[in-house]
Amino acid sequence: MAKYLLLKHYRGAPAPVNDVPMDRWTPEEISAHVQYMRDFAARLEGTGEFVDGQALAPEGTFVRYDGEGRPPVTDGPFAETKDLIAGWMVIDVDSYERAVELAGELSAAPGAGGEPIHEWLEVRPFLAAAPTITDCPHR
Amino acid sequence: MNEALLRSLTPSVIGILVRRGADFAAAEDAVQDALVEAVRVWPAGPSPSSSSRGDPMRDPKGWLVTVAWRRFLDATRADTARRRREDLVDEEPAPGPAPAVDDTLQLYFLCAHPSLTPSSAVALTLRAVGGLTTRQIAQAYLVPEATMAQRISRAKRTVSGVRFDQPGDVATVLRVLYLVFNEGYSGDVDLAAEAIRLTRQLAAAIDHPEVAGLLALMLLHHARRATRTAPDGSLVPLAEQDRGRWDTESIAEGVEILQAALARDRLGEFQAQAAIAALHADAPTAEETDWVQIVEWYDELARLTDSPVVRLNRAVAVGEADGPRAGLAALAALNDSLPRHTAVAAYLHERDGDLATAARLYAEAARKAPNLAERDYLTRQAARLNARGRR
Repeated sequence: MAKYLLLKHYRGAPAPVNDVPMDRWTPEEISAHVQYMRDFAARLEGTGEFVDGQALAPEGTFVRYDGEGRPPVTDGPFAETKDLIAGWMVIDVDSYERAVELAGELSAAPGAGGEPIHEWLEVRPFLAAAPTITDCPHR
Repeated sequence: MNEALLRSLTPSVIGILVRRGADFAAAEDAVQDALVEAVRVWPAGPSPSSSSRGDPMRDPKGWLVTVAWRRFLDATRADTARRRREDLVDEEPAPGPAPAVDDTLQLYFLCAHPSLTPSSAVALTLRAVGGLTTRQIAQAYLVPEATMAQRISRAKRTVSGVRFDQPGDVATVLRVLYLVFNEGYSGDVDLAAEAIRLTRQLAAAIDHPEVAGLLALMLLHHARRATRTAPDGSLVPLAEQDRGRWDTESIAEGVEILQAALARDRLGEFQAQAAIAALHADAPTAEETDWVQIVEWYDELARLTDSPVVRLNRAVAVGEADGPRAGLAALAALNDSLPRHTAVAAYLHERDGDLATAARLYAEAARKAPNLAERDYLTRQAARLNARGRR
């Protein structure tokens, strides 16, 4: 099993095919979308592949250390930030192919007009713990 | 075995162990072990009569005390690096007459001690007063069990120097119970129902109008729970809820408790909030809501708490009582960085007929929403108005 992060972006991903902001959908289309996401997570729980799913607020703050005895420096949010993560789902699956297959299904969530959004999702493997037995001859 | 009954015995069993000489942290661990043991052995029904510990079905409290005390002694003996049990017993004052203050009440005070952070106080209260397991509490707040276990043991260390027989502050206890009612996810534990149970138990242990006020507030809100979300999980606002499905028994109980509390003429914020909830519960339809009286209660509440959130809610009530323009005027006096300020502005503009502004503000409010349910709701509001504009 391997864990993958399916990342959804507010900004930073290529534009989806069905690119209409959600507040321009009909309320019924929004309901259908929300239901699709719910069903998807429930189905992955059923197959034993769901780990976690969370949504993030769009606005965040950048923070850095500013030296001993000083409060941290904060900055932002920056309107020009190119990459803005909207949320994620963590899945635990048998193969990269399965991760891609599931991301494809998630991307088919319906949007305006009830048509699939074709949203670009980013699939990133977790760096897992080192295996006990490796095939590496040098270890 | 009724798990709720079992859990309701937790505080008094901890109290008995503490009076026998156990420190709070060890007593709490021992009782938690005994509860886990009880859940393991009791579901099948009465234990075999051969049990040396007696029949838990006939005397669950006696059973818990016996098992917990044994666990405490085992743990103390096993811990050879620490003082021996004999020394411990020698040092503790001899059990004198029954304590003046009820053990249960003392536990509420201890678990909500002002030295604890809110999240620690909530966790400790749910475990030591509520008798929930660490795993159940962790699930309710979506954190790993190990994290919750650490939070609880740190909390116990923080209050380890607090004497068990000192009177505490009811207000801090109420804030903790309010948090339990208001926040948390739905695991296998219903936190809202648990908060009501704990507040009810507190109300039985202490005569205090604000405890009654909080209990009434919880009952009145809980009565509407089934109607607050649609089958698809979306939020249903108060005005659109199916009032026929409100729990009238819970409302009647809340109103009765509130009236008795108000009659004592020691008004506090929870009584005032409950009064507002009662006025909503009392209206047969949304249109028949007595908004004028609700505004008056918000004025009382603002006087009691001086909270900007209260003033924001008051602006909504003013908008209903005196019209959206009056509501917008009240809103203009408030800082627009307040949470939900934009959502309130959107609503009042819609009522005022300015649909384009309302739609824009709903969409903006959705981006600032503090949770998914509200974000979806506000996005739907924007979508509804935009769809109307297209027609």
